[in-house]
Amino acid sequence: MSDYNFAYLDEQTKQMIRRAILKGLAIPGYQVPFASREMPMPYGWGTGGVQVSAATLTPDDTMKVIDQGADDTTNAVSIRKFFEKTAGVATTEATAEASVIQTRHRIPEETLREDQILVYQVPIPEPLRFLEPSEVETRKMHSLEEYGLMHVKLYEDIARHGAIATAYAYPVKVEGRYVMDPSPIPKFDNPKLEMAAIQLFGAGREQRIYAVPPYTQVVSLDFEDFPFEASKADHPCDLCGAEDSYLDEVIMDDAGTRMFVCSDTDYCAGRRAAGHVGAQGVSTQEEDAA
Amino acid sequence: MNADVLKGGFADAPVDAAHAFRAAMNVMARPGVIEEVAGAVPPAPMSVAAGVLLLTLCDPETPIALCGAHDCADVREWIAFHIGAPVVAPQKAMFVVGTWCAVQPLEVYAIGTAEYPDRSATVIVEMDALAAEGAVLRGPGIKTQAALSLPEVAAFQRNAVLFPLGLDFFFCAGSRLAALPRTTRVEAF
Amino acid sequence: MYVAVKGGERAIDNAHAWLAEERRGDRDVAELSVAQIREQLSLAVNRVMAEGSLYDPDLAALAIKQARGDMIEAIFLIRAYRTTLPRFGYSKPVETADMACDRRISATFKDAPGGQVLGPTFDYTHRLLDFALAAEGEVPEAAEAEAKPGPVPHITEFLNKEGLIQTEDESDEVPGDLTREPLELPADRALRLQSLTRGDEGFVLGMAYSTQRGYARNHAFVGELRIGRVAVEMDIPELGFAIDIGEIELTECETVNQFAGSKTEPPQFTRGYGLVFGQSERKSISMALVDRALRWKELGEDNLGAPAQDEEFVLYHSDNIQATGFLEHIKLPHYVDFQSELELIRKLRREAMEAGETVQQEAAE
Repeated sequence: MSDYNFAYLDEQTKQMIRRAILKGLAIPGYQVPFASREMPMPYGWGTGGVQVSAATLTPDDTMKVIDQGADDTTNAVSIRKFFEKTAGVATTEATAEASVIQTRHRIPEETLREDQILVYQVPIPEPLRFLEPSEVETRKMHSLEEYGLMHVKLYEDIARHGAIATAYAYPVKVEGRYVMDPSPIPKFDNPKLEMAAIQLFGAGREQRIYAVPPYTQVVSLDFEDFPFEASKADHPCDLCGAEDSYLDEVIMDDAGTRMFVCSDTDYCAGRRAAGHVGAQGVSTQEEDAA
Repeated sequence: MNADVLKGGFADAPVDAAHAFRAAMNVMARPGVIEEVAGAVPPAPMSVAAGVLLLTLCDPETPIALCGAHDCADVREWIAFHIGAPVVAPQKAMFVVGTWCAVQPLEVYAIGTAEYPDRSATVIVEMDALAAEGAVLRGPGIKTQAALSLPEVAAFQRNAVLFPLGLDFFFCAGSRLAALPRTTRVEAF
Repeated sequence: MYVAVKGGERAIDNAHAWLAEERRGDRDVAELSVAQIREQLSLAVNRVMAEGSLYDPDLAALAIKQARGDMIEAIFLIRAYRTTLPRFGYSKPVETADMACDRRISATFKDAPGGQVLGPTFDYTHRLLDFALAAEGEVPEAAEAEAKPGPVPHITEFLNKEGLIQTEDESDEVPGDLTREPLELPADRALRLQSLTRGDEGFVLGMAYSTQRGYARNHAFVGELRIGRVAVEMDIPELGFAIDIGEIELTECETVNQFAGSKTEPPQFTRGYGLVFGQSERKSISMALVDRALRWKELGEDNLGAPAQDEEFVLYHSDNIQATGFLEHIKLPHYVDFQSELELIRKLRREAMEAGETVQQEAAE
């Protein structure tokens, strides 16, 4: 690969992104503005995550890319190929083998370790954006720690629906200071945001980078009488029988028959390889025989 | 110009800088952790670690303040040749380099603004030695507690009170590197 | 039995191959050359250069070919290429008063020094399909005249002499760079103009049109519109002086806007400014109108709450590469988020039904 620099970006761009990442780690949950570059994939396809990964990767890394929890979704495949080609890094689908994981919309089920880095693709980094469209105003609100509007919104949900009607991109407060958008992960994943790995968030179109260092306090916003609840489909995985994983609902036929399967494809495959079988699953040994 | 200043940059910039950044990120994300870095040979009195940091993080858009003995012709020329960063007065610096004594007083450096707390200086402190002992550290990046041989305690306590504003520190001793972001709560051992 | 959908990689490769075939179209029809696009679809090339922020007609033509004529896709190709280019330095500001004008018109004066030059314009063509073009044929050569030597003064300078138009202060300040620093608000005029000149032509046109229809109306006249080539100069530190590094074609529009005066300014004409790569008339006029609308604060005008006055709204939404990316990304899989919404809706419905049943029961009792 000689047409482009290692990991595609030029060194000065990487330096700029690296400075933003360090400030992001020093001010957990605060959105650091950065001069996002046009990437060879469209905005909205993960340009922020790709830039953060490009500034973070070394040739020794093993990279995993997931979209919706799966390694084989088309955009995950496309981004993985991009880094194979431009950075020459090894890639893997196994969460445990990866040193850098780029994700869209999920946190892997397997607990991440200290020697791992999780890079999120973020569409709208501003948790207050849908309550206040103006960037000038939301920046002021963060500076004054004025998060009343967010609480009012959540409380209105409760008044209207009897529950908080936010199912994904559920806002969190980081280290008791900044309200942060955890990217559109299902709220089932929110408790995992306190982890041993470094978490980096990149929003390319919106030109923001933010970070959560390991073991940082991350609290999902809630009320004493309506505590936060990490919910998922009340079902085990039909393939591997897991009770503790986030599930996708798959429509099987015209009659609308449904089955539930792990959204984390590596987790599901790992369990099946270890002999776990769900209600509609077949053990992998049988599959191999067939 | 001293011919030596032409030397001492990264041999393979994209790869050397990538490794160096990972070390810098790791120590900033995990206060108390000490990493080894390599690839730069800056002129005396600058340490390898400080040189590596500047090569990795600085460019013509990042003003640097040199303090004490670090403000010398060799270092200035080395920065001009390898980095192109302007050497500026302390108030305007994004990066500050010097020994703990030389970088004083800390009050002159940018600590960011309420709306942009990231616009604060990063202070690179040159040390004789660096060890995971001494001051007790707690906060983001630290599971329970960590220890680091900080040059003092009170200054870092004052800095932490400024949060979300404040300075962020790197500590360098030879090729060893550690860091202390503004979020870390520091207590004397 | 359910088998997870695999083979994303193969599907992508096949899609790319099919796309290449569709781009080529019927192989019995001769393939377009990049030179043909550059020469015969030059206004498309201009738009791609302007919104791609890169002056290179050959690359723009290549991008149009590769993008199958999808302009935004072509602009995207150019932007993605541009961002990888090293920056060697900065040119001096171009001097549009020295422009070799192909076209130069003013709507505010019947005639002016330098004259009105219609140039190659669609303006007075009758929009009748020319079926002769369907058959291949050469066009007769257009009449030629000697170019008038010397600079062509700007029309607004004449108004300026009388003090009737607001003077723009000169400044040696280095303007910010939208492509190197994240946009910060409030943005100064230099940044606003940068954003508008690379903004989507349709968006900027729509915003400009809205001001004409009354959303922050500012009564614009085209003081002058000129199209032509200007020299680009660059200081070469090794030489110690500036040299010409080439020529670019630009369209410049200065509007003269009515202004009744405000608390801070006397009644006088004010200006809007548009400057765009290539022959891009519609875009530069639109740009000038929106520029003027965005200047309400510095001129002490009222904020009428019109979209074109809202700097944040205009600047954050004018870039078609950002817009199309985010718009189209909703076709990427979102099933994890959708699943969490499904669960939530089911839960809320269940609770609502149960509550309904309780109410009914209570009523029955």
